[in-house]
Amino acid sequence: MENRLIATSSPHIRSHDTTTTVMLDVVIALVPALIASIYFFGITAAVTVALSIGSAVGTEALIQKITKQRVTINDLSAVITGLLVGFNLPPATPWWIPVIGSIVAIAIGKQVFGGIGNNFINPALAGRAFLVASWPVQMTAWVNPGSVDTVTAATPLALLKASSETIQPLTDVILGRIPGSLGETSAILLLIGGAYLLYRKVISWRIPVAYIGTVALIAYVTSSFNLTHTAYHIFGGGLMLGAIFMATDYSSSPVTNKGKILFGIGAGLLTMIIRLYSSSAEGVTYSILFMNVATPLIEKYTAPRVFGTGGVRK
Amino acid sequence: MNKVGLTFKGGIHPPHHKEHTENKAIEVAPIPKEVVIPLTQHIGAPCDPVVKVGDYVKVGQLIGETKAFVSSPIHASVSGTVKKIEKRPSPSGARVNSIIIVADGEQAIHESVVPKGKLEDLSADEVKTIIKNSGITGMGGAGFPTHVKISPPQDKKIDLLVINGAECEPFLTSDHRVMLEMPDKIITGTRAIMKALNVDKAIIGIENNKPDAIKVIKDAVKAFSDINVAELHTKYPQGGEKSLIYAVSKKEVPSGGLPMDVGVVVQNIGTVVAISNAIETGMPLVERVVTVTGSAVKEPKNLLVKIGTSFKDVIDFCGGYSEELGKLINGGPMMGIAQYTDLVPIIKGTSGILVLNKMDSIPPEPTNCIRCAKCIHGCPSYLQPLMISKNALMGRFDEAAGYNALDCIECGICSFVCPAKIPLVDSIRMAKKEIIEKRKKSEGVKG
Repeated sequence: MENRLIATSSPHIRSHDTTTTVMLDVVIALVPALIASIYFFGITAAVTVALSIGSAVGTEALIQKITKQRVTINDLSAVITGLLVGFNLPPATPWWIPVIGSIVAIAIGKQVFGGIGNNFINPALAGRAFLVASWPVQMTAWVNPGSVDTVTAATPLALLKASSETIQPLTDVILGRIPGSLGETSAILLLIGGAYLLYRKVISWRIPVAYIGTVALIAYVTSSFNLTHTAYHIFGGGLMLGAIFMATDYSSSPVTNKGKILFGIGAGLLTMIIRLYSSSAEGVTYSILFMNVATPLIEKYTAPRVFGTGGVRK
Repeated sequence: MNKVGLTFKGGIHPPHHKEHTENKAIEVAPIPKEVVIPLTQHIGAPCDPVVKVGDYVKVGQLIGETKAFVSSPIHASVSGTVKKIEKRPSPSGARVNSIIIVADGEQAIHESVVPKGKLEDLSADEVKTIIKNSGITGMGGAGFPTHVKISPPQDKKIDLLVINGAECEPFLTSDHRVMLEMPDKIITGTRAIMKALNVDKAIIGIENNKPDAIKVIKDAVKAFSDINVAELHTKYPQGGEKSLIYAVSKKEVPSGGLPMDVGVVVQNIGTVVAISNAIETGMPLVERVVTVTGSAVKEPKNLLVKIGTSFKDVIDFCGGYSEELGKLINGGPMMGIAQYTDLVPIIKGTSGILVLNKMDSIPPEPTNCIRCAKCIHGCPSYLQPLMISKNALMGRFDEAAGYNALDCIECGICSFVCPAKIPLVDSIRMAKKEIIEKRKKSEGVKG
């Protein structure tokens, strides 16, 4: 017994999950929607996403190098941020838009606050909000899927808001054959990605269901119980991408079960207020950012009941 | 067989690793050349030696005792000569006063060891006295003196006895084998505690990954309408006292309270068997069944071992180490205590020895918390481990107390599930110590 034994405290076994495996699951869940984007919008979509991922990962590595921290790009969280920045851009956008968006997302949205786990708002949405405020024209240059020229087209939600007769058919809206942000259009593939994340227990059902449910309920009531109208609200904009992949960001959403439901309801409410009463046709970005800021407060008031404090007693 | 089983909220499903030993019958380990018997093997006051160096002792002879109520006497597990009385490392991690006996191999039984008669003829107080004098403590790990547990204050009415056959710790199979091989002793011991407590209902809870044990015990209790078998969902920590009580009775032990606050007493399978032995043969607690298993032991086994036998002797009997040793654990992988030497003795609370190789022992590198909430979903006490840990590491112990740190049962689930590999339960343990210390101080000031 010359060799020293390792005497750490219990537990002495650990699960196989790591931050990287969790993040990899999110990347996998986003791949179907990415393929659809490239199919609908062509190679420019692929270039945009490649630029946004590259810039996000590069920015994270650079900042961590400069500040002499451990470089953690292998945890894949910057890949997700980059992917989501790209997904939130119009398909035909100048090359520098994804680059700036990702730099802002990682540098200001994430690293300034201490990197992974410490960002209080969703980094990708912070990047997008910055881009929309700075370059509104480039950020709303929507195009029709498969069109060779970059004739500006209107998104379903914009047409819905204008009560236009030329609105795209609902099947196209669900499949993603519509103008819109690069990764948000294919509702059905985003739902499949969400189902994968639920199956892998990466996300809980609470935020997406509460969020989408609230939007659906308000849309249904305010449209005088028009199901078609409601369906456009659910499938026609950034709701699926936002509710499944952005509102569920661990760092910027509540950790408590009740808190997740409140967060989803709040985001749904804000989304519909913006969509119905502001000049904008879309409201997912700002509603999630608002709720991100409210997260610590929500957590404070939704702490779970501790075992043995007021349950079934003798 | 009930597929779902009774259970609690939260918990996890770690890999079982029970396949190495679950089908291996209990073997009797050889009498060691020397035993080291710590005078503290329980929660409570340490015992004082009642023998001197050079004395000849026999099996079952009292060698350590104290006047304190919360304590438990110590008996010789071998016959032989007392060689030394000195501080030796114990599996609890501390160096404690121990009696070292050189065995003569005769295993001469002490005159005090005589059958105590039929259970029917014994009174409740007599049963309690037998349990106290036989040095019986909780054999699931914590080692709380059994006679204290079955002597609740007058105002606490006990109406249910729960026998813990969950054995939810991965790797361990000692309780499983005892249930298969000694069902009659389990019944006798259970009835003895029922008598001592004056309760008319007992439930033996067994996880449904042990269908053979469920069947054997169900057959054994057929003759007794007041003892039932509860099939439990296989989930860690199903054998945690509070989780087990909730599973079988849907009662929540109040925060900061004890099982007796909801009228329940829980006893471990090993403890029940020890009680049966103490009554039927008069032999005090001097041996127990131990699972020896893990990645670095040649032949994993379930063994009946004399208290005081060193880990090394037991592992040698199992063929020795199969590769370079990394960790040696007293107990299971979730709550067991890692040892720094294999020259520690098996004590009353040693349910298993887990022998891990280097690869299984290297602690993972922690990274930032990603707030995935897996620790919250797993926590059987419904706590928010990430919040307690974060506050504790910043020295904010009042905030940690506000997150009910003291309700933590240290089951280890939060550390187990954490994808960022943060040793959450370590910082929660620290927070608990600090909070208790702080409360003691402030009470001292007031008093």
